[in-house]
Amino acid sequence: MASIPAGIPQTTSVAIRSENLCRHYRMGQTVIRAVDGVSLQIEAGEFVALLGSSGSGKSSLLNMIAGLDHPTSGSVTVQGRELAKMTREELAKHRLHVVGMVFQSFNLIASMTVLENVELPLRFAEVDRSKRDALAREALERVGLQARMNHRPSELSGGEQQRAALARALINRPQILLADEPTGNLDSRTGTEIMDMVREFNSKLGMTIVMVTHERALAERYVERLIFLADGKLVGDQENTLAMSSSQARSEL
Amino acid sequence: MKIPDLTELALRNLRESVLRNSLTTVGISVGVASLVAMLSLGSGLQQLFSRKLMKSGLFDTVVVTSRRDLRGMGREQERNGPTPGESRVLDESAREQMEHLPNVLEADPDIRFVAKLLYDDKPHLTMISAMPASMKSNDAFEGMQGSFFSSETAPEIMLQKSFAEELLGKTPPLGGAEPSVAELAPPLLGKEMILSYPQKVTAPSRTVPGPNGSAADLASASYSVVSREQKLKIVGIVDLDPESMRGPTRAKVFLPLKLAESLHVMQSTDLREISEAASDQPVYSSLSVRVKNPAQMQPVEDAIKKMGFTTFSILDASQSLRRVFGVLYAFLAIFGSLALTVASIGIVNTLVMAILERRREIGIMKAIGASDNDVKKLFFAEAGAMGVLGGVVGVLLGWAIGQIINFGTNIYLKSQSIPPEHFWAVPLWLVLFAIGFAILVSLLSGLYPASRAARLDPVQALRYE
Repeated sequence: MASIPAGIPQTTSVAIRSENLCRHYRMGQTVIRAVDGVSLQIEAGEFVALLGSSGSGKSSLLNMIAGLDHPTSGSVTVQGRELAKMTREELAKHRLHVVGMVFQSFNLIASMTVLENVELPLRFAEVDRSKRDALAREALERVGLQARMNHRPSELSGGEQQRAALARALINRPQILLADEPTGNLDSRTGTEIMDMVREFNSKLGMTIVMVTHERALAERYVERLIFLADGKLVGDQENTLAMSSSQARSEL
Repeated sequence: MKIPDLTELALRNLRESVLRNSLTTVGISVGVASLVAMLSLGSGLQQLFSRKLMKSGLFDTVVVTSRRDLRGMGREQERNGPTPGESRVLDESAREQMEHLPNVLEADPDIRFVAKLLYDDKPHLTMISAMPASMKSNDAFEGMQGSFFSSETAPEIMLQKSFAEELLGKTPPLGGAEPSVAELAPPLLGKEMILSYPQKVTAPSRTVPGPNGSAADLASASYSVVSREQKLKIVGIVDLDPESMRGPTRAKVFLPLKLAESLHVMQSTDLREISEAASDQPVYSSLSVRVKNPAQMQPVEDAIKKMGFTTFSILDASQSLRRVFGVLYAFLAIFGSLALTVASIGIVNTLVMAILERRREIGIMKAIGASDNDVKKLFFAEAGAMGVLGGVVGVLLGWAIGQIINFGTNIYLKSQSIPPEHFWAVPLWLVLFAIGFAILVSLLSGLYPASRAARLDPVQALRYE
């Protein structure tokens, strides 16, 4: 059982820290322990993969870090703030400013153009209309999608949609990017493109990245640290020695 | 989220399912239209009635009598103030004083007397009254034949329809068809009648020795009554109701007011004032004081009461009429609101459906940072936008319905040979009220869906496909 190694001082460089974190669901008579006593610590700037089969609790853990879900017990602290004690309003602010999220199914709003999707968080953040457009264009340029910004998500390929989702996740300049199976709906080539981009955010922008995936091979190519979950419990936590540079990863294809 | 953003997103969402949202909006429009239709009917009817009543002169006239004539014995206003014996005489100086009260248009004496009229050498005894020129604008003269008096002093006369019938010997049997004014007029207009009346002539001042040899002040109070005749030309036949409440119309024959005054006809009430008329001033049994606006009736009435006279007006009647219209309004509003209530259920339904459909979208918005409040406000804005659109369209629709009904009814009225009326009015307050009410109802309807959308669990919503 991996737990927080003793002696690591709690400094401000800790991005995410959970202690005995539990998330239990009640389904009829049975209690499902989706997350069951997970304690871990992720440093600022780390690129971490949460690995495990489906139902291992990796997405539930990610949702709690994202502030989308409330822990049943235990604590989860992100950027020094305890999420379990936050009000719903504060959690919304957390999702808006502290973390950015991307999903397997992209989760773009179908009725809006790419540009509108990307600037939507700015509306929630009440950023002035005049600044919004420039910020959204800038984010789209960063993911190489400026040419398609007036298209609707349905007119885009999966890779393009995920890039748009990445741009949206970045728009409020969060310190942490949470990715839930970001390549799950993509072929390996576009998946690699997305992963390259994510790694760039990590290396160039210094973002802390937590990625949920069940593809161990993909994770091993990119991340610095692998955390294994099974049945809601932390079953492994190791440095990834196999991580390649982006150029290596590309040549492998 | 800021309000412009909310509005923009709400309108965008409404456009996304155009058909459903337009149907809901149409529902609101119909509700508002029925409310507007009902209330504008009420408002139109009220305007029609008050217009008619105003013209009838019932509501802008205060009838003033002297306390001395004891007519209002026992009434409350009689119990306060001086006793009848000590109170003021309703004479010319009092009339002038009343005419100079603020908001008073005119104060005319009510001159009514019974006299003999000769037509074709046949005598006809009837009630005659003097009519001020201002009566010309009265509604009652709409159906008259001939013309109103050419001047206030012209030796002219107008006949009430039933008197015209009497003159021509055409009195219809009870319940039989009445001849129309137009039938009666031609043989009478321009003809002459002779009025035979008792004239009051004030005797020259002389001293009457009193019982104790003292010269009483009765000197100027003596007068004699002389029989006189006056030629009059028939200029008009009118169809007034002789039983109507307004003083001057309660007669069968009408004289111009100034002419009637100059005749100094002996009236029955003069007898009572014999001992009081301290001067040559004419004394009146009653005065009709017309105010500029029925709203100013009360202060004028109060002022006259303060002068020491008895007043009577139909203000009380108009107040109860207002109450009747209040009840009518309430009823019409309730019926009109029913459709709007149904429409509000439509809004709830539409928005709840929208939540189900847009569950995932709500989940996404929450995941990227929308607060419960943002989601709530967004649904609220959608409800409000439907309310605004429905309200505006509904007012237009209601107005159109009103115009059509008014048009149709007037065609019917015309077929019944009744002059067309405008009994439909959509005042500005109604427009604003209807739109405001539509927005209010929509927002209330949006309360439940909005809070439901806000409470949605984002994790579950995102799992939902």
